[in-house]
Amino acid sequence: MENWSLVSICVLFGLTARWAVSLNSYSGAGKPPMFGDYEAQRHWQEVTYNLPVHEWYFNTTDNNLNYWGLDYPPLTAYHSLLCAHVAKLINPDWVELHASRGHESYGHKLFMRATVLVADLLIYIPAVVLYSFYLSEGSNKKKVCTVLCILLYPGLILIDYGHFQYNSISLGLALWGVVVLGLGWDVLGSLAFVLSLNYKQMELYHSLPFFCYLLGKCFKQGLAGRGLFLLVKIAVTVLVTFALCWLPFLSDPGQILQVVHRLFPVGRGLFEDKVANTWCSLNVLIKIKTILSTDTQLYFSLTTTLLAILPSSIKLLMKPTLWQFKLALVNSSLAFFLFSFQVHEKSILLPALPVCLLLNDLPLPAIWFLQASTFSMLPLFLKDGLLVPYVVTSLAFLFFSIYLLSAFEHCSEDKLRLGPYRRLLICMPRMDLGRVTKWKFYFSITAMAGLSFMSVALAPPDQLPDLFPLLVSVFSYLHFLGLLLYFNIVQIAEPLQSVRKNQKKSN
Amino acid sequence: SVMATPRADDWSWFPALALGVSFLKCILINAYHSTDFEVHRNWLAITHSLPVSKWYHENTSEWTLDYPPLFAWFEYSLSHVAQHFDKEMLVVQNLIYTSPATILFQRLSVIVTDIVFIYACFHPDIHFQYNGFLFGILLLSVARHLQGRHLEGALLFTVLLNLKHIYLYIAPAYGIFLLRSYCFTKDNTDGSVRWSSFSPVRLVALGSIVISVGALSFGPFIAMGQLPQVLSRLFPFKRGLCHAYWAPNVWALYNMVDKALSVLGVRLKLLDVAKLPKASMTGGLVQEFQHSILPSVSPSITLICTLLSIMVMLSIWCRPRGARGFLRCLVVCALGSFMFGWHVHEKAILMAILPFSILAVESREDAGIFLMLTTTGHYSLFPLLFTAAELPIKVLLMLLFTLYSFTSLKKLFRGSLLNPLETTYLLGLVAVEILCEVVYPLSPWQHTLPFVPLLVTSVYCSLGVSYSFIRLYVSLLRQHGTDKHKQL
Repeated sequence: MENWSLVSICVLFGLTARWAVSLNSYSGAGKPPMFGDYEAQRHWQEVTYNLPVHEWYFNTTDNNLNYWGLDYPPLTAYHSLLCAHVAKLINPDWVELHASRGHESYGHKLFMRATVLVADLLIYIPAVVLYSFYLSEGSNKKKVCTVLCILLYPGLILIDYGHFQYNSISLGLALWGVVVLGLGWDVLGSLAFVLSLNYKQMELYHSLPFFCYLLGKCFKQGLAGRGLFLLVKIAVTVLVTFALCWLPFLSDPGQILQVVHRLFPVGRGLFEDKVANTWCSLNVLIKIKTILSTDTQLYFSLTTTLLAILPSSIKLLMKPTLWQFKLALVNSSLAFFLFSFQVHEKSILLPALPVCLLLNDLPLPAIWFLQASTFSMLPLFLKDGLLVPYVVTSLAFLFFSIYLLSAFEHCSEDKLRLGPYRRLLICMPRMDLGRVTKWKFYFSITAMAGLSFMSVALAPPDQLPDLFPLLVSVFSYLHFLGLLLYFNIVQIAEPLQSVRKNQKKSN
Repeated sequence: SVMATPRADDWSWFPALALGVSFLKCILINAYHSTDFEVHRNWLAITHSLPVSKWYHENTSEWTLDYPPLFAWFEYSLSHVAQHFDKEMLVVQNLIYTSPATILFQRLSVIVTDIVFIYACFHPDIHFQYNGFLFGILLLSVARHLQGRHLEGALLFTVLLNLKHIYLYIAPAYGIFLLRSYCFTKDNTDGSVRWSSFSPVRLVALGSIVISVGALSFGPFIAMGQLPQVLSRLFPFKRGLCHAYWAPNVWALYNMVDKALSVLGVRLKLLDVAKLPKASMTGGLVQEFQHSILPSVSPSITLICTLLSIMVMLSIWCRPRGARGFLRCLVVCALGSFMFGWHVHEKAILMAILPFSILAVESREDAGIFLMLTTTGHYSLFPLLFTAAELPIKVLLMLLFTLYSFTSLKKLFRGSLLNPLETTYLLGLVAVEILCEVVYPLSPWQHTLPFVPLLVTSVYCSLGVSYSFIRLYVSLLRQHGTDKHKQL
């Protein structure tokens, strides 16, 4: 069958799955007084439509920052403003100042879900299709399978169309950045990434790889000539884009400071709620939140994060290829997730995006990570009433990706690049690491299914009311740590000068 | 085995496709559920809580039991599982009972019975019925005949008939085919009947299968003397020529012409408005309708028309073409009954489309007719899903299915399968959809004439369906003609 029709079928299938999930409940449905992320997005439409720009981020009589104050950069605000204009056309009650607080209705839900779908269709999905067709390798059939599997990643679908957020915009723009950089247009790529950064500040997790990749390319082109020119072009693009995005706030330094203060609330602690990162898991054994002061916690987390991302970034700087770039994106964002300050469980989507890009190259570890990332958000899904979509999309993703990407056939030591592990385990030369990995995968998926079932079916004991969320987050944490190590090894073990003859992944 | 709906030559797509459709169904578990949901809940309650003698007499709810007894036994067995989900759903008095557990159970039961018969995968099933499972049995039965295992095929069909009597539409095709190809073991060299090869043993075997299944299903009710009551529930002829929403058949066109003439007559002052019957046919309710100008149609007329239209089936008596010919006659039978039947439900079009899909992969002409029929037929089901939330789903699924069938058949038979007129007609469906879902609700007539979108959809689709029926008929006649020619 022709490519375009196959891709259209995959996209239609992905869209159907997305809309079907959106028929379910959303975050904070029917839970006054605070509701949830859905109400937050609706509130931002109300605020941006009714109030002047210089009041958006400030605590005023009309704008109570304690009730879902804006805490994303200006592009989110502009997007909310756009949606608010459309909402006003359909039903002004939805964005009425103060009166629309906590508004929930059938029509409004359809409208909000539709805005997510439109954004997805315009930004994220085209980027996925372009990536699969221009930057991934293999036959046409394999490329179509890649499109389908990336579009079926449950985590993004459940958070955007279930819980309710607009991650597809920021992740989509970042993906556009990767695609455009992969095609060689560095300036446009940096533009796309800056836009993404100005939509959600969490994209900073991806910023170091972008920086090192572009800097490395400039070095390669020679800092005395073309490299310097490229560097200047990129720097100017970045600055101009920032200026344009922040234009309404540039008139007053107080404005800029307030916005930054809202984006990075350093007053809050090391972590809130259960999240599958180091600090929360460590807290189980040692109560670090109480032992260390907030400042010490900040420095501690900063140092460990920097240490974790250093090897990957330096390697990328020395060898700025697309393959290294993708791996560095994974390593950097995963390291930030595991060691950084005030991480939310939804931030796992940031490493998940570059791992989706690795589905074609390292199917089994990628599928493993993506499934673990979905599993790590299970407590959130249960709170939102998204159990059935979670089960169905996870099963669908597992079946489709394992079947279509032939994950178990590409399971040899060589294909999985387990060379360094082989060297470490010199005492056990007979062990087939490929088989071991496969069995670990089976065990892990079974354990995830078991824990999911227990979280739903069993009630936790009275002394440990948070038992299941804790088990879920510690279990996921161990996975993420192991996969961080693995992806780092894969990135760093690659020789600097690739041998062109038999290397599959040299770019 | 030839068991497949249209697919590319690459076999590996089929399991992925079947899996994909099953998962879409799972994910739609929380989508809007129609009155059919309440119908089946009521039947679960009736079969579980009441003794057998009361099943066909019970009428607390308006949705009385109107499927054959075997289906009632099926609901009875399901009810035993249901009681573990939510006992309250099984209380007959709990009308319109919709706890989350109930919804989950109902949808899961459909999905499980579907997965068992995963062949029946090409129809969106938000509208809640056990159609997937029943169509699976139909396809299995057809497959058995294609493989030459006729007794199994006959058994499956009898079971099907006792589960849902709508399959009576295609019973004649089965009857004639089995009689001709199974009971007469040999043909003459030119293909005509060899009377001497009649095998009474086979006839008895077939007869005993039919009778025993019927006995299993209807036995208890015959024993209790309730057969007339059961039959009156199964065939409620009071219901009117057309369903609340006109199925896109000949009678829809007939009604349209009647309405148009009456409106014209009133405008031209040839008729008195007061003398015309007031009831509007597509008001959303099941009513009896009297035509104003054209002669009224009674059930017997529809029966005669149907029988006339499926007369062509007798061609397999004269010159059987094995299982392929049987399949073709099956489709003509189903389509003929759809076109001329009494109180046809629009879902019955699926009974013609599904067996046809098997034929479509084998001949170019069939593929063309199939594309017309299936696109129009599926579109005609749109009014069944009318909430705003489901609009994207039905549009997306329709696009998905249409794109898939067009491109896979195009790959199979190089080149274009439809002529420009047909393509224009199908593109017109998009215009009709936009008109009905977007433009009309915003117009001032929405409140005074709310049934117009349904009317437009039904009449437009009946054009397409009638066209496909005529082409199929013609191709059958042409085949019959070439046979006669060869004989001479």
